[in-house]
Amino acid sequence: MCLAIPGRVIEVFKENGLTMGYVDYSGTVNKICLEYVPEIVVGQYTVVHAGFALSVLDEEEARQSFAAWQELVQAMAAQGTDIFGNPLGK
Amino acid sequence: MKYVDEYRDPALAGALLEEIRQTVTRPWVVMEICGGHTHAIMKNGIDQLLPGQVELVHGPGCPVCVTPVETLDRAVAIAARPEVIFTSFGDMLRVPGSVSSLFMAKSAGADVRMVYSPLEAVAMARQNPEREVVFLAVGFETTAPGNAMALLQAKREGLTNFSLLASHVLAPPAIRALLASPFNRVQGYLAPGHVCTVMGWREYEPLAEEFRVPIVVTGFEPIDILAGLLRVLRQLEAGSHVVENQYGRSVSREGNRAAQRVVDEVFAVSDRPWRGIGVLPASGLVIRDELAAYDAERKFAVESISVRESALCKSGSVLQGLIKPDSCPAFGRECTPEHPLGATMVSGEGACAAYYKYHRNCPAAPHQLCHRPAHVQ
Ligand code: SF4
Repeated sequence: MCLAIPGRVIEVFKENGLTMGYVDYSGTVNKICLEYVPEIVVGQYTVVHAGFALSVLDEEEARQSFAAWQELVQAMAAQGTDIFGNPLGK
Repeated sequence: MKYVDEYRDPALAGALLEEIRQTVTRPWVVMEICGGHTHAIMKNGIDQLLPGQVELVHGPGCPVCVTPVETLDRAVAIAARPEVIFTSFGDMLRVPGSVSSLFMAKSAGADVRMVYSPLEAVAMARQNPEREVVFLAVGFETTAPGNAMALLQAKREGLTNFSLLASHVLAPPAIRALLASPFNRVQGYLAPGHVCTVMGWREYEPLAEEFRVPIVVTGFEPIDILAGLLRVLRQLEAGSHVVENQYGRSVSREGNRAAQRVVDEVFAVSDRPWRGIGVLPASGLVIRDELAAYDAERKFAVESISVRESALCKSGSVLQGLIKPDSCPAFGRECTPEHPLGATMVSGEGACAAYYKYHRNCPAAPHQLCHRPAHVQ
């Protein structure tokens, strides 16, 4: 019950007084309670646990970590090693 | 898939692994507390790609595994009542209690139904006013907000035939207990990314300080885990011990305040037994007294059911990181996912099941992340 993958919100609506939404996981669509992410809008990604969205994924933060990681990959290449640390050209 | 595929990039994984190799100069023991991490580590063969000096040990962060036998016995007793529709997440159904599992109770005629969300159980209560609908509310801080919301929704709708059999656990008290144990070998922690999505990481700061351990809040994709490990190892090598956040796209220091407020409205913190480990102080959540009408334990008077753990299964030691699953004499022999002796073999997040699925059947562990580089033995 703790394995969760991010899904994209494709619709937001009210049901029995609760904010609900449809969340798309690469084609599989589930109805999810959005009460804990009131700021979420259609198109954003969310982490869902047992039918409840718990966070809105932060695009800017994700972009920044990737920029830092790409530097690592490039630094490795500049050292003359491939991504596994093996010398290039072998 | 966005936020998934890029976190499985083999080139990036290779670069992070190499950075880990260059960072590590001494042996270190790091625990991943969360069963979701254990599963991802085994699935991707990360434990086998790391340099030999880095040992990963698996913590008690699988809620299915630590749910006490007596909770299951109480669940089975309630489910056996003719007026009850007993609902649960699927992974709890096969967990053995002292005599039966919910799945066996269902075969014996009990009305046991699997749900994906506790709100489905509320809907059943709405649709079946003549029946009593009970939801088995287990899990860490990740499932507590949903279960709390379900209870409040039933209350708002005036449903008197809905209740929770609640058996929630909290992650930081378990980490504290493990760190305080005289047998502790763990020097650094990967903190559970989804628990921290709800709770933030403030509770981990005093732990890092008091026990002088680096703690890194970590996500669940292979890149997340490698990046989280790299941060722990950099701290260990530098003699530092602070809380860092690797999973910033989902986790903030404060966590999800709305979820925390609702959890606090419904549940109070209490001591709680952990299956295989024993009672840990202030490590669980119970339904507040003013909401006792929604507490299945009190409604059906099953509080007195208590049992002792079987001595055969070594899951207590597995859950505390004292032994690896394959050192249990029953592992893969008397105990398999088809015939589990302990909860850690039942749940997909349990360490024994993860070892069975990803190691034992294929000792060479052909991992999916990337090919093993030539110079790593
Ligand atoms: S292998 Fe089975 S018997 Fe051994 S510790 Fe794991 S669950 Fe218990």
